[in-house]
Amino acid sequence: MSAISFQSVSKNFTNARGTFTALDAVSFDIQAGEFFGLLGPNGAGKTTLISILAGLQQASSGRIEVQGLDVKTQALQVRKLLGVVPQELVFDPFFTVREALRFQSGYFGITNNGAWLDELLECLGLADKAHHNMRQLSGGMKRRVLVAQALVHKPPVIVLDEPTAGVDVELRQTLWQFIARLNREGHTVLLTTHYLEEAEALCSRIAMLKQGKVVALDDTSSLLKNASSNVLRFKLDEQLPPELAAQARVTGRIVQFPANDAAQIEHYLAAVRSAGLVAQDVEIRKADLEDVFLDVMGAAS
Amino acid sequence: MRGWQALFYKEVLRFWKVSAQTIAAPVLTALLYMLIFGHLLEGRITVYDSVSYTAFLVPGLVMMSLLQNAFANSSSSMVQSKMMGNLVFVLLTPLGPVSWFAAYVLAAVVRGLAVGLGVLLVTMWFAPLSFVAPVWILVFALLGAAMLGTLGLIAGLWADKFDQMSSFQNFLITPMTFLSGVFYSIHSLPPFWQQVSHFNPFFYMIDGFRYGFFGVSDVSPWLSLSLVAGAYVLVAALALQLLRSGYKIRG
Repeated sequence: MSAISFQSVSKNFTNARGTFTALDAVSFDIQAGEFFGLLGPNGAGKTTLISILAGLQQASSGRIEVQGLDVKTQALQVRKLLGVVPQELVFDPFFTVREALRFQSGYFGITNNGAWLDELLECLGLADKAHHNMRQLSGGMKRRVLVAQALVHKPPVIVLDEPTAGVDVELRQTLWQFIARLNREGHTVLLTTHYLEEAEALCSRIAMLKQGKVVALDDTSSLLKNASSNVLRFKLDEQLPPELAAQARVTGRIVQFPANDAAQIEHYLAAVRSAGLVAQDVEIRKADLEDVFLDVMGAAS
Repeated sequence: MRGWQALFYKEVLRFWKVSAQTIAAPVLTALLYMLIFGHLLEGRITVYDSVSYTAFLVPGLVMMSLLQNAFANSSSSMVQSKMMGNLVFVLLTPLGPVSWFAAYVLAAVVRGLAVGLGVLLVTMWFAPLSFVAPVWILVFALLGAAMLGTLGLIAGLWADKFDQMSSFQNFLITPMTFLSGVFYSIHSLPPFWQQVSHFNPFFYMIDGFRYGFFGVSDVSPWLSLSLVAGAYVLVAALALQLLRSGYKIRG
């Protein structure tokens, strides 16, 4: 039985300008114990999909099951299985960190989980903030509390919607160590993120969404294997001629060409030289998830 | 502890932590009404032969404050949580519509009763007060607080912004409480306005509540009880239906 099963999930929003399709028959399964990445550009429908999973929105059609339970008709049982870290940095200004965690536990009918709350505070670097009011915490600290709140009931399925958006390196390290540990202990993890190196490092399988459709779904290793195997990367002080720029990915001074073999690498370098430009810091690297992502998104348009 | 109890406790703690604003302030307001209206109108108005105007005013002020604060509690908590986004913490839990309903309404009842008791304690010294039928006092206090707590929940679910909420409060709740006979007996009104007052549900809550103190009222307390209880069943059913359908909270 899958931990999560998305079955032809569609969501349409109707407003004054007409109907907008946020999700278009999205189908895929996440197996128990997987660390699964859901990637896609802004507006691809990731958060909408997670909101429907969490019961915060309703699908226009299709269904979602969590451990075989329908999120719509068996919503209350499903919510016991899910621990959702919302993307928005929200908090209740009336309470301290520990109060927030105690209330959150209480909503699940749990009262005697003090040791687990201590562990959550410890593992997320919040121990010294336990009695601080939520208002006094920095953005990064509030984000940690969101993670802790989602985990008070030790849910078998953990859903993280861009948990590292705008947080510092230290928290990312702490967070991923902890989530990876929970994953090793058997918790299923569904992650959305814009940091593709995080997804590459953590996720064993990945789905990519674009404009509400699944445009890639595979093991992370297979996705990387099928991509252009190498990337030629160098820096330029001048502008690349337009016909070359069209084939390259240019980020400020950094120019990157997908290249499958030595001939292609020589071809690009020669083209740059004959344009009268000097390539600096030339290197050839293996394609990473970002290259795959851009390939997939480019091909899908 | 059951899940709804945690939410109820959270809702009580929410207003308790700012009790200067949520309890002391409305008690002070009621005291000011008592000082001014009691001073100005005592001896000029006879409501019931056996009851002085100031004594008449006490239960009215108690009930008005109780009703307004019960409404304010559930409505402001809900709108605030929606606007700040922290309602998501409750939306993600296995708490069903009945749990939401119980927690929000009971917390509003607690706030309403706390304020009502506070108003009673500061105003009862202005006039000799009797407690002829305490059970009626309690019944109407509970029912009135539950009614307004439930209306506040509905308004809180409906309103997307604070200004919508305050329109609801300023243009509906406040006029209906003021025009319900807090400061006067509706028998002192011209016949037309007496008729109009009979369509105001708040009138029956205050009239029945006052009966508990003096044993006299504009209409029979049994009539008031059946009308208020009947109205409450409808209002509660509406609130539960909105929660069940996820009205404006589960898009």
